[in-house]
Parts: sequence; structure tokens; C-alpha cells
Amino acid sequence: MKEKIITKNLNLWYGAFHALKNVNSNFSANRITAIIGPSGCGKSTLLRVFNRMNDLIEGVRMEGEVLTDGINILEARADLVVLRKKIGMVFQRPNPFPLSIYENIVFGAKIHADNIKKDRLDEIVETSLKSVLLWDELKDKLKKPALRLSLEQKQRLCIARLIAVTPDVLLMDEPCSTLDPQATARVEELMRELKSKYTIIIVTHNMQQAARVSDDTGFMLLGELIEFGETDKIFTAPKDKRTEDYITGRYG
Amino acid sequence: MERHVDQELKELNKDILKMGALTEEAIYKSVEALKNRDKEMAESVIDNDANIDKLELEVDEKCIDLIARYQPMAKDLRLIATGMKINAELERIADIAVDIAQRTLELVDKPLLKPLIDIPKLTTVAQNMVKMSIDAFVTGDIALAKKVLLSDPEADELRNVIQKELIEDYMLKDGLTAPRAVQLLLIARFLERICDHATNIAEDVIYMVQAEVVRHHPEKLRDSE
Repeated sequence: MKEKIITKNLNLWYGAFHALKNVNSNFSANRITAIIGPSGCGKSTLLRVFNRMNDLIEGVRMEGEVLTDGINILEARADLVVLRKKIGMVFQRPNPFPLSIYENIVFGAKIHADNIKKDRLDEIVETSLKSVLLWDELKDKLKKPALRLSLEQKQRLCIARLIAVTPDVLLMDEPCSTLDPQATARVEELMRELKSKYTIIIVTHNMQQAARVSDDTGFMLLGELIEFGETDKIFTAPKDKRTEDYITGRYG
Repeated sequence: MERHVDQELKELNKDILKMGALTEEAIYKSVEALKNRDKEMAESVIDNDANIDKLELEVDEKCIDLIARYQPMAKDLRLIATGMKINAELERIADIAVDIAQRTLELVDKPLLKPLIDIPKLTTVAQNMVKMSIDAFVTGDIALAKKVLLSDPEADELRNVIQKELIEDYMLKDGLTAPRAVQLLLIARFLERICDHATNIAEDVIYMVQAEVVRHHPEKLRDSE
């Protein structure tokens, strides 16, 4: 298995609060990794480290290394525009721009390259929508406002928007928490389809979802990565008692 | 923190304990009937099997219900999965007790072939193995589960002794003893099968507690000793 993201002795502070403590982990390419843990354990913070989203928060300080393809993305000289193209993020609540479906998808592509021809943009829209299985539904409504789509369609559109800029890694922060069970099942199916091309890291409160959809799982508690391993092992025979207590609902 | 599911898991333990007790009783009675040439007792083993079958279905249903409602993970999942397997093993053991009772019914009206010495010994071994394996499940006692596994060679040895005696001292010397000797041979074989089922239960208990599969992997058992 090829390692896509490696963290070495990663520490993060929000002011005086030590939010990530010596996190050492390997996220493999073309696999889905779930990060689970109680609220405030640092799982979303860890996810946001991978495309430097925490930089936007005042008083954040980081130590250690986060390597992707051998490059430490925490270094000051890391190009954040390139990084966020390579490592895209889907959020809890789908956040399409108040533009048409078409413009949502080509938005990133236009930022990353000037003067792309209309034919090329059309191609990007079609390929991206096909990857998230929305093309047949939306091909005749591309000029319609994206904000009029259903929640599930919006979330798929946000994934298509990422795919349009050809990333390597998709970060998903509770991507199904606003969706109903059927829509959740369809988004999970989409994740399985996408993993052959992308490295997917998902943060979720829903343990059943982590068990269903992921290949690897990491359990975090109070800023520490307590246990990391293959999902079937973590959910049937976790090694650490704290993991066991959390996944069996004994934590707290 | 006591969870709601804990109460239900305790109930499951109780049910399996009850299933174990009924099964042990069936083994005991089937061989007592043979020893005492007690037709009524043999018939009661056969009649009572329906109750064990009914309880087996109830326990199975309870396990499926627990999985559906709680989506258990880790040791809860291992406990329920093991409970289901043990439930099935116990039901098989009870069926074997019925087989013994049926062989007994074939023998009760005929003269005793020989005094029964090793069959009751093998019965005691089988009963103890079943009892220990169920106790190991209920208490999660690995040492007790391993003790069950260590008892299995004794059962095999006793079965061999019984088999050798019946064939060499009776069937080969006097062909007319064969119909009765075959029934006793089958009973010895049935008792040894009960010990094999108890061994399966003990291996399941080790999986439940340690999350390690020792079934078909004797080397793992040696390593953990």
C-alpha cells in the first residue's frame, strides 16, 4: 500500500489549548480512512491540518511534519493554492456557491488555469458530474442555480467541484450528517466508487458509517491518536481498552 | 457506566446457561437410562428435546434482535456472535443425547452385553467438558476454556478403549453379540462427539475473550500457554 499522507510527531495548539498531541499516522492511497472519536477529540482539527484550513484560525501553532508525496505541507513555503487543489475538502453542510451548477464546477478550474476553452470546461463539467453520478440527472439543468438542488445533490455537487480540479486526496468532514439514510447510502456508495482514483479521509460521528465505508480507522481521544488499523480489526477486536470503550458506547 | 444493552447481554448469558443446563441433563439422563435400563427415562430425553429446540430458536432470535437493534461492536459483537455459535453447539449436543437415548431404547429389552464401566466414565468426561465450557463462556474464563481443550484427548482415548474392547472381546469372538455391541459402539462415538462440541465451545470462548481464533490453529493455543 502506498502511503499518501504521513504525520510525524504532529502537535497543534489553539492558543494554550493542546489540540493534537504527537500524532503519528499513515494514510494509504486509494483507501478510505475514517477518523472517529468523541466531540472535541481533535479529529476535525487533524483533517483540517491536511489542507492547512486551520491557518485561518487565530493563534494556531503547529509542530512536526505532515508529508504528502514526500513534501512537508507545514513548511511556510508550501503553496496553499496548489495544496488545496491537491487535497480538497467536503464539509458537513454542502456549501455550493450561489451560482449555476455549471459555474460551481468550473469555478476551481478557472482559478487554477487561465483562458480554458469552453469545450474543455464543458468536458470538465461532464466528467465531474459523471464521477458523482449526477450527469444524467442534471445534464439538462446546468444553468439552474445550484442552491435549488436537494441536499444530497448539493453534497454530490460539492464533491464534483473538487474532482473538477483533479485532486489526489478528498477530505470529508461529516459529509452525510445532514442527509437521510437513503442519501447517506448513496454518498457512501459514491465514496467506494471514488476510492480507486483518490485517497479519501472521512471524519464521522457515525460509527456504523465508519465501519461500513472505510478500509482503515483511527480512533482519537483528547487530541491523541489512540489506535489506528484496519477497520475490520478495530471494530471486532480493538487493541486499546479506550477504543473498545468508545465503540461499545462505554466511554464517559 | 451500565448500558441498556448490558442488561440484555446478561439475559443472553442466562439463557445460554439454561440451554447448557438442559443439555447436560439430557446427556446425564440418556446414559443413566442406559445404565439402569430405564425406558421411561430414555423416552423423556427424546420428549424433552423439543423444549431445547424451542429455547435454541429463542436464543437465536434474541441474538439477531440484539444485532439489529444495537449494531454491537468489539467485545459486545464477539459475545453475541459466540453466543449464537454456542447455542447451535448445545442444540447439536442435545440431539446427540437423543441419539444415545434412541440406542438405549434398542438395548433396554435385551440382556446386558457387559457391565458398563468405561461408557459412564466417558459420560462423566463429556458432561464435565460441556459444563466447564459453558462456565467458561459465562465467566469469560480462558483458563477454564483451555482446560476443556486439554480434556479432549482423554475422551478420545476412552472411546478407543471402548471400541477396542467391544470389537476384540465381543464382536470378533461371538458374532451374535454384534447387534448389541454396535449400539454401544455408537453410544461411545456419540459421547466422543459431545466432547468435540464442548471443545468447539471452548475455542469460541477463547475467541470471545481474546479476539483470537484458535480453532484449526493448535499452534496458537500452544503459543498462548
